[in-house]
Amino acid sequence: MTTFLEDSEQRDITTLNLGPTHPATHGVFQNILKMDGERIVSADPTIGYIHRAFEKIAEHRPFYQITPLTDRLNYCSAPINNMGWHMTVEKMLGLELPKRVDYMRVIVMELSRIADHLICNGILGVDSGAYSGFLYLFEEREKIYDIFEEICGARLTTNIGRIGGFERDFSEKAFDRIRQFIKEFPPVMKDFENLFNRNRIFIDRCTGVSPITVEQALGYSWTGPLLRAAGLDYDVRVLEPYSSYEDFEFEVPVGTSGDCYDRFIVRNEEIWQSLRIIEQAMEKLKKEPEGVFHADVPEYYLPPKQEVYNNMEALIYHFKIVMGEVENPATEVYHAVEGANGELGFYLITDGGRSPFRLHFRRPSFINYQAFPDLIVGGLLSDAILTMSSMNVIAGELDA
Amino acid sequence: MSDIQLVDAPAGVEGSGFFATRLDKAVGLARSHSLWPLPFATSCCGIEFMATMGANYDIARFGSERPSFSPRQADLLMVMGTIAKKMGPVLRQVYLQMAEPRWVMAVGACASSGGIFDTYSVLQGIDEVIPVDVYVPGCPPRPEAIIDGLMRVQELVRNESVRRRGSEEYKELMAKYGIQ
Amino acid sequence: MGIITNQGILDKLNARFPNAMLEVSEPKGLLTITTDRETLPKIVAYLKEDASLAFRFLTDITGVHYPEQELPLGVVCHLQSMALNRRIRLKAFLPLNNPRISTLTHLFPGANWMERETYDFFGIIFEGHPDLRRILNMDDMVAFPMRKEFPLEDPNRRDKNDDFFGR
Repeated sequence: MTTFLEDSEQRDITTLNLGPTHPATHGVFQNILKMDGERIVSADPTIGYIHRAFEKIAEHRPFYQITPLTDRLNYCSAPINNMGWHMTVEKMLGLELPKRVDYMRVIVMELSRIADHLICNGILGVDSGAYSGFLYLFEEREKIYDIFEEICGARLTTNIGRIGGFERDFSEKAFDRIRQFIKEFPPVMKDFENLFNRNRIFIDRCTGVSPITVEQALGYSWTGPLLRAAGLDYDVRVLEPYSSYEDFEFEVPVGTSGDCYDRFIVRNEEIWQSLRIIEQAMEKLKKEPEGVFHADVPEYYLPPKQEVYNNMEALIYHFKIVMGEVENPATEVYHAVEGANGELGFYLITDGGRSPFRLHFRRPSFINYQAFPDLIVGGLLSDAILTMSSMNVIAGELDA
Repeated sequence: MSDIQLVDAPAGVEGSGFFATRLDKAVGLARSHSLWPLPFATSCCGIEFMATMGANYDIARFGSERPSFSPRQADLLMVMGTIAKKMGPVLRQVYLQMAEPRWVMAVGACASSGGIFDTYSVLQGIDEVIPVDVYVPGCPPRPEAIIDGLMRVQELVRNESVRRRGSEEYKELMAKYGIQ
Repeated sequence: MGIITNQGILDKLNARFPNAMLEVSEPKGLLTITTDRETLPKIVAYLKEDASLAFRFLTDITGVHYPEQELPLGVVCHLQSMALNRRIRLKAFLPLNNPRISTLTHLFPGANWMERETYDFFGIIFEGHPDLRRILNMDDMVAFPMRKEFPLEDPNRRDKNDDFFGR
């Protein structure tokens, strides 16, 4: 027996506007959905609601002033952006960094990767209706904020490090906080996994939601946890190691079907692997000579202020660096780091001047999000919300 | 002895079974301790707001237990993050949908004045499109600063006259922004 | 899947597309080839389909503007071969009055938004693109903001007084 709806000739297609201000979209992007009842027929995304013209600003700023801009790309894991930018400039200048600086950078980057995945998984819980997991994880994120604050002074938009290293050595307090974090975090993460991983409702909500094959994902230029959940173990840290990542032992978690549940589990596993890397880095730091926190490049790294006031050479270097009188080669560089969302690339063209001639950010959120309309067609609206959440689209990185 | 603190009663005349005070004071007292925010979070300041909402800094202590994402049911519009020119009309529409009395808090440098983004695509301060009551500087402001901003809004709310929204001065302010 | 060097890739390309490599360089070890606008999509297709090269991952498409050059607008394409662990950069320069180049969306669905962004910022028109319209800037904008002559700051601001700053 057919219902009268199945009999009727014309199905009504409703247009639903999702965003740009919507509690479930994390950030400002709009989707105009055409829906047949609860099923989505098509989606038309509009982005650009927070376009801040980073690439244009970068052409008018000296290299060291671009770091605060990179902070605001993926602001949930700002240190990764900062380190990536510094490494790009160091590649352009051809600088070699001491191992200790590399290990310190690895600690900072892995902490911010943990912080980003905590937000993503916590918010995935909130979007599927489970608010408590988010509250537990945000406490841990506060601890990571405390570590960043001790190192560089800021919680969220850190502007951490300098071209050539760090601005100051990690204090004893910072090391204590890192050790305390390594000790206190695993039980909380296990609690969170107990709440979600084998939770019947969560599994029912998330499995089978927007699966994708590796071929399709590669076609969309996906990288990061999304591609790894689909089944390909592409990690920039493994394929093109930077900042001494080749000295570390860690695994790259890979999923099978690429659906929401796989992405959630891949991110959880990456948090554990990041914790492992941080422990190894703390061990390795003990073997390196103490007190080294920057490369010995006086032409590009600001001398300490006491020397500037007393030493003629330091004064001249300081003047040249701040006024931009240093000799930069005119070349082009592409450097990629493994951001929390995928391959974050910096394409820099210099012309020997004080500012870049052209700086382009290869933003993983932007490139990952273009698959979204194709992923949600045929699914329910609540599945579309979960898909958006599991893709971890950060509005700052989307629009740049 | 419990350590729950109650707000002091406003000045008034008390007798057996009644308490008389000014309507402004009573209404202001009730409103200021139950402000329901609309978190209009666009970028980095939104993450600091999430930290403020979390267990460590807890904005629910101030009465903002229910963040309302629907403008019709919200008292306080907290604009957190950069507003681009493309977003300006959307912000204005959200503000127009709020019912009186409504207050606006601009959180962060970008909402107050455009922040570090002095570019062709960023609105240099939301007070170009909507009237603002409290500005919270910072990039991003610490959760303590956001709570401080909320407390200043509470002070404004506590001391506001019940007739303000119908007064000539308020109508002039709205006319300046082109709002009827 | 042997180790193939940049020179090896270049040799194969020269054999397939003789006289099409206008400029070849290796800044920081990344093979960079400048070619003309008709050959670029063909090179990308060849690099993708050839089994020994297998450049099947499109990293990025972007644009660049050199105002003093005869062909000022450039399209820059980064490709990656995960099997060989190699990257390659391809460039093609276009004239200002006719900045057209064929699209890559039929090879890589991910090129869709990358080309829209390049169009939005530089005005480069990708022929055959399914939906070429602005993506990040406002829809009614006429100019292309990343070109060098477009100013960074909004010229219509009244509230900022630069008289004392010598700008």
